[in-house]
Amino acid sequence: MNALYELLTEKVLAPLVATVIPGAWQDETLYMLQAVIKIVVIVAPLMLCVAYLTFAERKIIGYMQVRIGPNRVGPRGWLQPIADAVKLMFKEIIIPSGASKALFIAAPVLSIAPSLAAWAVIPFEHGMVLADINAGLLYILALTSLGIYGIIIAGWASNSKYAFLGAMRSAAQIVSYEIAMGFALVVVLIAAGSLNLNQIILAQNGSLLHWFWLPLLPVFGVYFISGIAETNRAPFDVAEGESEIVAGFHVEYGGMAFSIFFMAEYANMILISALTSILFFGGWLSPFQGVPVIGEPSLVWLLAKTSMFLFLFLWFRATFPRYRYDQIMRLGWKVFLPITIAWIVVTAGMVVAQVPPWFD
Amino acid sequence: MTAITFYFFAAVLVISALLVITVRNPVHAALFLVLAFFSSAAVWLLLQAEFLAIALVLVYVGAVMVLFLFVIMMLDVNLAPLREGFARYLPLGLTVAALLVVTMAIVIRSGGINATAPAQDTVAGSNTQLLGQALFTDFLYPFEVAGAVLLVAIIAAIALTLRRRSRQLRTPAPGLQVAVRREDRVRIVKMDAEK
Repeated sequence: MNALYELLTEKVLAPLVATVIPGAWQDETLYMLQAVIKIVVIVAPLMLCVAYLTFAERKIIGYMQVRIGPNRVGPRGWLQPIADAVKLMFKEIIIPSGASKALFIAAPVLSIAPSLAAWAVIPFEHGMVLADINAGLLYILALTSLGIYGIIIAGWASNSKYAFLGAMRSAAQIVSYEIAMGFALVVVLIAAGSLNLNQIILAQNGSLLHWFWLPLLPVFGVYFISGIAETNRAPFDVAEGESEIVAGFHVEYGGMAFSIFFMAEYANMILISALTSILFFGGWLSPFQGVPVIGEPSLVWLLAKTSMFLFLFLWFRATFPRYRYDQIMRLGWKVFLPITIAWIVVTAGMVVAQVPPWFD
Repeated sequence: MTAITFYFFAAVLVISALLVITVRNPVHAALFLVLAFFSSAAVWLLLQAEFLAIALVLVYVGAVMVLFLFVIMMLDVNLAPLREGFARYLPLGLTVAALLVVTMAIVIRSGGINATAPAQDTVAGSNTQLLGQALFTDFLYPFEVAGAVLLVAIIAAIALTLRRRSRQLRTPAPGLQVAVRREDRVRIVKMDAEK
C-alpha cells in the first residue's frame, strides 16, 4: 500500500506537476494533490462499506428474525445496495412549501461532512493516517459534536411539526450523551497519557489483556452505548420514532438528500465502531502478539474489530425494544455520567500507583 | 498558501459576524454566529494553537450554540417588539462599543500586538501538553478559583430553576419498573375444560 503510494507520487504525480504548474506553486500543488489522493483512498472504500453495511443490516436482521432478507437483485442479492443507490439518485428532491430553502439543502451536507472529516485522524496501521495530529482525540470529539447541526437544521428548515419534534428529541439526546462520551474519552486520555490516536494504540501494546477494555471495562460499556445513542440507532432511535413522528427529522426529505442523511448515519456507525476498537481494543494491534505472522499488527485487525462492533450495532437493533424518552435521559444523566466520573478517579489512581500490566 | 487560507477564513469571519447582527431571522443569526466561531477556530489553527481552536469548536459550536439554537427554535421569537427598543438602547450600545474600541486601541498601542504574523511554534512538545503544564503548575491557583466560580454558577443555575413538583404528580420509578419479574404481573391459571 505504502510502496504503491510512493510509486504513484514520485513517478507519476511529481513529473506531471513539474511540467504543468509554474515553479513557485509546485510544492503546494503537489502537497494538495497528495492530500486529495489520500482522502479519496479513505473515503471511497468508506462509502462502499456504507452501501454494503445497509445490505449486511438487512440480511443479518433478516436471518435473526427467520427471514431471508433481500435476495432478488444480483446473485444472492449482492447488487441490492447498488440498485438502492441508483433509485435514490434518480428520484426528485422535493422542497416543501414554506421550507427555508437554503438551509433545507445545506442540512444533509452539514450532516455528512463531520462524519467524513473525522476519519482524517483515524490510524489504519502504524503511521498510516491522513493527519497525525497531537490533539486527535479532541478533534474527533469536536467533529462528532458538529453532526447534530445537520439534524437540527433539517428539522427546523423542513417547516413540519414531525420533523421539528424529531430534531428536538435528537438534539436533547445527543447533547446528553455527548457529555458521558466526553468523560469516557477523558478516562482513555488519562490511561494512555496522550491525545494522539497512534500513541493511544501504542500504549495498549502487549496482548489481549493489555488492551484498555479490561482496566476501563465500565467506561468501555458507557462509550459504546453512548455511541449508539449518538448515532440515533436502535434502541435509542426515538428521534426517528416511526410509530409517533413518522420518521423524525428527515420526513420531508426524499431522493439523494435523504440518502445523504442515511449515509451520514452509517458512516457515523462505522466511525464509532472504529473508535471503540482503537480506544479500547488496541486498534491495529494483533490479539496474538508474539506469535509469528498472525501476531503482526495490521489493518486487518482494525477491520475485524470494527466489523465486530458493527455487528453488535445490528444485533442490538434486532434484539432490543425502543427506549422510552425519560428512560433515555435517565440512563445518560443518572447512570452513565456518575460511572464515568467515578472511573476517572479510579483510573487516575491506577496510573499513579502504576498498576501492572497496563500502567507500569 | 497560509496567507490565502488566512484571508479566506478572516473574510468569512468578518462577513458572518456582520450578518449575525444584520440578518432578520434569529435562527439564521445564530447559525451565522456558529460560522463565525468556526472560522475563528480555523484562524487559530493557522497560529498552531490547535488545543484552543478545537476547544472553541467543541465548547462553543458543539455545545453552547446547540443549546442556543434549541431555545431560539422553541421560542419562535417575534422580532417586532425587539426592534422597538433600538433607538432607546442605542446610546448605551454606542458607549459600550466605544469603550471596547478604546481598550483595543490601548492594547495595540502598547505594542502587545505586532502586525506581522506571530512566530511559528518552536517549542518541542504538543500545544495541549504545554497548556496543561502551565495550567497545573504556574496558574494552579487562578485555575482552581475559576473552577470554583463555575461550580457556584452551576449550583446557582440549578437552584434558581428547581421547582418542587406537586405531591399529586406520580412519577414512575424506573428502578422498580426494571426490577419487575414475570411472576409479579402474570398469574397463569390452569383450568380444566368444561365437559
